[in-house]
Amino acid sequence: MDRAFAHAATAAALTILVILAGVAAFLVAEGAPALTAAASDLPGGKGFIDYVAPLAFGTVLAAALAAVIAVPLAVAAALFITHVAPPRIALTLGYLIDLLAAIPSIVYGLWGIFVLGPAAVPVMKWLEEKLGFIPIFDGPASVTGRTMLVAGLVLAVMILPIVSAVAREAFAQAPRRLQEGAQALGATRWEMIRMTVLPFGRSSVISGAMLGLGRALGETMAVTIILSVSGAVTFNLIGQANPSTIAANIALNFPESSGLAINALIATGLVLFAITLVTNMGARAIIARQERI
Amino acid sequence: MSSFRWLVVTAFAVILALGVAACGSSADGETGGSSSSGGGEVSGEIAGAGSTAQQAAQEAWIAEFENENSGATISYDPVGSGGGREQFLSGGVAYAGSDAALSTEEGELEKAEARCAPGELIEVPDYISPIAIIYNLPGVEELKLAPETLAKIFAQEITSWNDPAIAKDNQGVDLPDTRITPVNRSDESGTTENFTEYLSEVVPGVWKFEVSGDWPVEGGEAASGTSGVVEAVSAGEGTIGYADASQAGELSSAQVKVGSEWAEPTPEAAAKVIEESPLDKELSPGKYTFAYELDRKTESEGTYPIVLTSYLIACTKYDSASEAEAVKAYAEYLISPEGQQLAAAQAGSAPLSPALTKKVTPAVEAIAAG
Repeated sequence: MDRAFAHAATAAALTILVILAGVAAFLVAEGAPALTAAASDLPGGKGFIDYVAPLAFGTVLAAALAAVIAVPLAVAAALFITHVAPPRIALTLGYLIDLLAAIPSIVYGLWGIFVLGPAAVPVMKWLEEKLGFIPIFDGPASVTGRTMLVAGLVLAVMILPIVSAVAREAFAQAPRRLQEGAQALGATRWEMIRMTVLPFGRSSVISGAMLGLGRALGETMAVTIILSVSGAVTFNLIGQANPSTIAANIALNFPESSGLAINALIATGLVLFAITLVTNMGARAIIARQERI
Repeated sequence: MSSFRWLVVTAFAVILALGVAACGSSADGETGGSSSSGGGEVSGEIAGAGSTAQQAAQEAWIAEFENENSGATISYDPVGSGGGREQFLSGGVAYAGSDAALSTEEGELEKAEARCAPGELIEVPDYISPIAIIYNLPGVEELKLAPETLAKIFAQEITSWNDPAIAKDNQGVDLPDTRITPVNRSDESGTTENFTEYLSEVVPGVWKFEVSGDWPVEGGEAASGTSGVVEAVSAGEGTIGYADASQAGELSSAQVKVGSEWAEPTPEAAAKVIEESPLDKELSPGKYTFAYELDRKTESEGTYPIVLTSYLIACTKYDSASEAEAVKAYAEYLISPEGQQLAAAQAGSAPLSPALTKKVTPAVEAIAAG
């Protein structure tokens, strides 16, 4: 029985590796023609690097924006649930946050264009007028609300449950004795959290944030629907001209593409694969260093 | 807690009631709707793929055709024009719908001839739709735009609604100084290709961008799909975009100058352009291929030159007799006055004119088993 279990578990682990290797091999094999093709034959006509660079920029910008918004919120929510709220409220709230993960991304996309976008128009106008000196609020503000800021906000809501679930697990397991010890020494609740719970949960928060970042990097439908893309490379978050993301660009252009254009799209997928890999390896490295300390 | 339980129970009951009501109404619809006996003579199973612009029309055609011919099963996969052409060339589907005629680039036309046998390729227009210039400018019900002005707006050279170029053609209209937000498609599309083709042919001096299914101008507002463009134009003030006229909804459409007249995007005006256009000789090698070179520069009265033409691509010879029979019957139905009227009613397209129907009918009648 033990042997059978060990074999089954090994097989399951190997399957994952095989699938991953299969996807990577597919991306390389199908993307290769675009990587070696003459610049003028590719979409845009200026070579693959020129084609993928704005997309990679947009992908990273949208995901980073989402992480910057979502991580503090998720950590705060996790702390509230594990250490501040009365048990009954904590349970309900935790359940509700998890429910956010069950909403399909296309629904988030529709919510983004029909509700959040229009609601954000006056806010973005205000940002342009009052904070326009900051490059990210340079404007002119979009009149339809389909901007990088709104896309980032929607992505933030989407990754919130992942980040907060991981953080919650970690915070809940913070050693009781340390917490009680801190309070016995006269620490306030906040001081106790800062000295015992947060350091204990740090590596989990980082890995949760990276999981969320990975989700945001690959998110397709919501971004495809919301973002008004026109290939511009800009940090301006409230304008109508935004860089597209790799995943959204594939979704938008695949249906009408043929021949080499499809290879080019798959090659951008390979770039996204690489970005996600680097992100995850970076996270592993950070966590490993944390654990050594 | 018990009040919460009551809430859940009530909600559940309401959902259940709604569900029952919905079932009831759909059943009513069915009994009231179809009057056909459903005992048709054609059987067989054929698959098609292609243009998303044709999707609504294809769905209507398939429903009605299968209703008439209970033995036939037709499918249409709206993968996009490029995908449809590719699947047709590789023999994956029996017919394709495409917003562009098979081109000589990348040897598409030769491959298609090879797939069917020389001279046996069919390419006929089956779906014609005017592209409307939709805008959202509160207080302005009627807007006239000359082609130069239109090109400059979409090239982002005219940026304000009270620009003298717009005011010149709209005497007596109180134009606000709102910023113009041009909205274009973010995905590659036949609509974009037809619109940019119109601009570059009619006002080449102003429109210096390439003709492409990918919107060539950077920095505009972009939205995915026709519905996305309509939604973006509706959402913002001072927006202007281009979309299938049938999808414009409650938005106003601009009138475009044709010759010395102001033309509106009506189905009749769109159909008339095709009727008056010559065939593209290079792209129409056989007697069954009808690739039109649209006369965008037309100045004749009652035409609207911003038009999307979508083609039905098929062969005259199929291996199996039942497949040939089904393709023939379906293709004949598509271009028949009944089929065109159905598409006009369901998808808002422009029916083929009687003269055009007469011209292309021999092509689909030639389909046979071989």
